[in-house]
Amino acid sequence: MATRYETVMARKGEIMKRALGMDYAEFERSPIAFDYEGMMSAHGYTLERIRGIQRSAGVGGTPLLELRNITDLVRSYAEPGYGARIFVKDEAANMAGSFKDRRASMSIHVAGEKGFAGVIAATSGNYGAAVASQAARAGLKCIICQETFDSRHVGQPEIVEKSRLCEAFGAEVVQMTVGPELFFHMLELLDATGYLSASLYSPFGVSGIESLGAELAEEMTALTGAPPTHVVCTHAGGGNTTGTARGLKRVGARTEIVSASVDLSGLHMASDTDFNRKSFTTGHTGFGVPFATWPDRADVPRNAARSLRYMDRYLTVSQGEVFYVTEALCKLEGLERGPSGNTAMAAAMSLARELPSDATVVVQETEYTGAGKHHWSQLAFARTQGVEVRCGDPAENVPGKAIVIPERPEQIRAQEADLGKLHRSYVRNALKHAGEGYQPTPEDLVFMAEDTNTSPATIEEMVAGLRAG
Amino acid sequence: MTDEFRCSPGDWVEVEYVLLEPAERAAGLPEDTAAQPLRAWVKGFARAAGMIGDAIEVETMSGRVVGGHLSAISPGYTHTFGTPPTELAAIGRELRARIAEYRADAMDGEFVPSHVPGVAGPEAGE
Repeated sequence: MATRYETVMARKGEIMKRALGMDYAEFERSPIAFDYEGMMSAHGYTLERIRGIQRSAGVGGTPLLELRNITDLVRSYAEPGYGARIFVKDEAANMAGSFKDRRASMSIHVAGEKGFAGVIAATSGNYGAAVASQAARAGLKCIICQETFDSRHVGQPEIVEKSRLCEAFGAEVVQMTVGPELFFHMLELLDATGYLSASLYSPFGVSGIESLGAELAEEMTALTGAPPTHVVCTHAGGGNTTGTARGLKRVGARTEIVSASVDLSGLHMASDTDFNRKSFTTGHTGFGVPFATWPDRADVPRNAARSLRYMDRYLTVSQGEVFYVTEALCKLEGLERGPSGNTAMAAAMSLARELPSDATVVVQETEYTGAGKHHWSQLAFARTQGVEVRCGDPAENVPGKAIVIPERPEQIRAQEADLGKLHRSYVRNALKHAGEGYQPTPEDLVFMAEDTNTSPATIEEMVAGLRAG
Repeated sequence: MTDEFRCSPGDWVEVEYVLLEPAERAAGLPEDTAAQPLRAWVKGFARAAGMIGDAIEVETMSGRVVGGHLSAISPGYTHTFGTPPTELAAIGRELRARIAEYRADAMDGEFVPSHVPGVAGPEAGE
């Protein structure tokens, strides 16, 4: 007899079709290819309309700040003539405290327009708070499914804080123990309630981030005379990179897009024992790499967040480096923020050091901090979970075992991920999901080239290489 | 009557329940996770009186009725800002001193700082 889990999962397609507020089938082209731009524009909202919806929802228009002290700190150890100007878009100024309000505002707008009574999202991050806040404003019911505790009922303090904020905004929060079956329960709830699935990865949500890219290009132009030369995005599921880059392109900016994640290699994302040893609940490689190389692992048939289309570079930083930079940002710039936006900040300090002093680097988000999320709280919690915290060379940082706080800012050195390797991994996943023996068509090669920002010839070579084993 | 262990109808409480027993869980989980049931907790208004551990129903904020074992009455939050880690304590002082030194050198004409305190920056006049 089928288990409850199997019964629900077998009805996934049927449940999601009703809950997504759109039919993804019309964009499918083959087991590999689909009409990405068609899917992204099917909602019919122009960038101007999105900005209007967000303005009336109290979202966007956040301050763009130049970080002169951080810039001079980097210049104090950069080679003469180097050390780019560093800026930050203070997205913590959004209503629920992060750029996720931009995504949530669009999902909630769609829910209201299509007559849904409520929304459901599966997220342990800021997105839950954003959905809850926007739902409260729109008078919609809201359920957030959250992976909160390990099997001992111990909760990572950052996630517990997110539970609190969701509940503060009137959401029902279903707190669960570790496991990917979070998605199964979300399906059960969607089926039982008839609410909209406010997925992080819907075209509505990801389009909502385009306003961020557009704003920072316009504001940098007003401030410095040109759009930024580089934008650094903290990268997890890929929406941040995708939406920001699309927004920059829409207003004609030719900005280099740099994604950044905390390196959590060695920790298993579905492990009950590793769960509370991560110190970072998002913005890490545990999401960043799998979502980049297989975006359609998301809770929608086709993920609107496709980061490899836009990523020019992918940098990783260590846990200790991010905590160091979080503290530095407080003391030097009067900005108590983090932790996730500060992942990009650590990468930006490393990047700015390599760039000439007339380059401009924008860290495109901050997030609110507070009890549980605060870096002091995170380090205290890590210690209670048996993780060593010490000062030293951040190269000695081992996720889940030792958090090594740099002794000097010169030690902050982001690592460059090999994009070619990520592209190959993407192609391998695409072939695997298309089914054994499937022969990619020329249209598939073009699609995969667009999805990785490479050429059909490169993809063809990778396919041949993978087939040769 | 309501206290730490007993709730009355209408009290704000939390219930705990099992969503999936270990044998019902998804395939391919790491062993440590697969050995555990998938448990859940949700808060709501109690629909009856009960003692901690009793089977009880709550009405959640979305209006759903959920059954489980009463796990907390007036559930609150106790997470904190933590204590200042000694590893971070000196960062602010050290970095401020380094910036001051760099700017002093810059005033001697060595480098161009992004901003000299007291001197108009690039956005002057805005």
